[in-house]
Amino acid sequence: MDDKKDVVLKYVIEEYLEDEDDEITYDTPLISGGIVDSFSMVSLKRFLENKYSISIPDEKATPEAFDSVDKIVVLVNEFLK
Amino acid sequence: MPNIGSYDERIKDFDWSISEKELGYKDGDVINIGWYCSDRICQMGKADKLALLWENATGREKNYTFNDVRLASNTIGSFLRGLGINDGDRVCLFLDKIPELYLGFLGILKIGAVAQPLFSAFGDESLYVRLANAETTAIITQRKHVAKVRKIRDQMPYLKHIIVVDYDGRKPLREREIAFSLEEQTPVEDLEIFPTKAESTSVLHYTSGTTGQPKGVQHVHYSLISQYLTAKWVLDLRDDDIYWCTADPGWVTGTSYGIIAPWSLGITQCVQDAGFSAEAWYRFIQKRKVTVWYSAPTAIRSLMKAGEEIVKKFDLSCLRHLASVGEPLNAEAVIWSERVFGHAFLDTYWQTETGSIMLTNFPGMKIKPGSMGKAFPGVEATVLDPKTYEPLTEPGQVGLIGFKPGWPAMMRGYWNNEATYKGKFHNGWYLSGDRSSIDREGYFWFTGRDDDVINTGGHLVSPFEVESALLEHEAVAESAVVAKPDEVNMEVVKAFVALKPGFEANADLELKIMNFIRKKLSPLAMPQEIEYVNSLPKTRSGKIMRRVLHAKEWNEEVGDLSTLEDDE
Repeated sequence: MDDKKDVVLKYVIEEYLEDEDDEITYDTPLISGGIVDSFSMVSLKRFLENKYSISIPDEKATPEAFDSVDKIVVLVNEFLK
Repeated sequence: MPNIGSYDERIKDFDWSISEKELGYKDGDVINIGWYCSDRICQMGKADKLALLWENATGREKNYTFNDVRLASNTIGSFLRGLGINDGDRVCLFLDKIPELYLGFLGILKIGAVAQPLFSAFGDESLYVRLANAETTAIITQRKHVAKVRKIRDQMPYLKHIIVVDYDGRKPLREREIAFSLEEQTPVEDLEIFPTKAESTSVLHYTSGTTGQPKGVQHVHYSLISQYLTAKWVLDLRDDDIYWCTADPGWVTGTSYGIIAPWSLGITQCVQDAGFSAEAWYRFIQKRKVTVWYSAPTAIRSLMKAGEEIVKKFDLSCLRHLASVGEPLNAEAVIWSERVFGHAFLDTYWQTETGSIMLTNFPGMKIKPGSMGKAFPGVEATVLDPKTYEPLTEPGQVGLIGFKPGWPAMMRGYWNNEATYKGKFHNGWYLSGDRSSIDREGYFWFTGRDDDVINTGGHLVSPFEVESALLEHEAVAESAVVAKPDEVNMEVVKAFVALKPGFEANADLELKIMNFIRKKLSPLAMPQEIEYVNSLPKTRSGKIMRRVLHAKEWNEEVGDLSTLEDDE
């Protein structure tokens, strides 16, 4: 679980965080916090699908489900089962 | 009774002088939007009235009265003037929705400089082409965006000042960079307002068109005349309203109706600098007691997707008037909003080029869900035959939406691009680039774009700009970009890509290409889907037949294929 959290957190930091001085954690709001916008969410979803060989249906890929690393990992685990 | 009273009465003998009189403006007077939106409101006795209720995603809040807005815009204007920025110089605002964006906008206008707001999610390439076209003198930005400016600054010798509004001293600033903290400045009580006239350039907004080069739409201070009156009659703004325009001032709605219109009317507005979340939006409306809400179809459809149960958790009874802009609002969304909020979102139609609302559903008027409504009084609108540019007279015929030039907020040109500007006019009509029909009662019904430009979430994306950027990726041999239907955003960007030898078409490469475009151009321009092809459909002369790919995406008839090079 923690490994997945770290993988997703690292990806978000590398790909979406503009200010390198900003620090984010597992529960930092990503979508509502304005770090990842709704268009960019598509590339984050694609990353998760490629990385974990899963398919996340569009209706599950909501701003709420993607709003933190913690929530994303819960979503990923749902489709890994 | 809504502010407009009776639409049918208003269109009789309408004259824009109604607005001029209310604003106390006479032909030939000085007219400065910065002054009208702050000093004048204070002089009207509303200095202590709240102008801006701001908060961000972390819960930080700031409130500004109209006197605060006056002082802050004076202070920013004075600072810019002190740097040697003169009237006519372009000053870019490259900021998130923080207070400095709103206050800086007025400060720039007060000294007669030209405000050039740009969407802060733009990548360095998108930023560069817009600053280069305008030969921008200064950019006001924040720490998180400085890296993008640093990547391109050496190509722009005319960019003399990079002003950082939230510098924290942790890392040294570089040449041409300067820190400016509004909170640490002594407020400037008296600023000499530059005596701009009706035709003085005020704002430069960039929009995407049918070429790879974005166009700088040039507006003037006289635009205030239409922005003021349309906000009063269409948005129905009243003195005791709490107004929320969800648009980012990097786009025209965010300045015309997110700064100029409400503040010229002395209205309290609120701003949320945060990403989208249905729950956060409803909480914000409840907390701020929003009465008038101006939003976009993409957001409304996202709210619909979030469901009705979540709405019930909040008290939204404060809402009294809802309007929408950006792309056509589907009938289902109109009906849904009436059921869920007790008020229908009223669709409004206008563009970066028109500067103010042109077609709209007015408060009090019979609403036909799915229609864009009727022309604003004083706006002569029609649909034109695409070949002759003569108005179509039969109801229901589809043609090009055309407006007779002459409304106050109409663009005065495309920056450094006179030929393209002239090309927007035919037979005495301004062509919007959209197609529509008009029914027997004079309601306009949108049918689509008249060109290849993609309208995604209410923002225009040039397929040519994306194709050019795609070719800069090491794996891409050729590409074609079209709109793909999307339930929430109406359209999204889809790219067809042929790879260079040695590159494998797989999902990882697709993600790399998507992120490449996102960072280079913007998240809006990022293809939401990439389809690998061996080759693209072309004419015998080698031109990519984008319409063939578009038709495939939309399940439409492909049409004449006689010029197709080969049938893939």
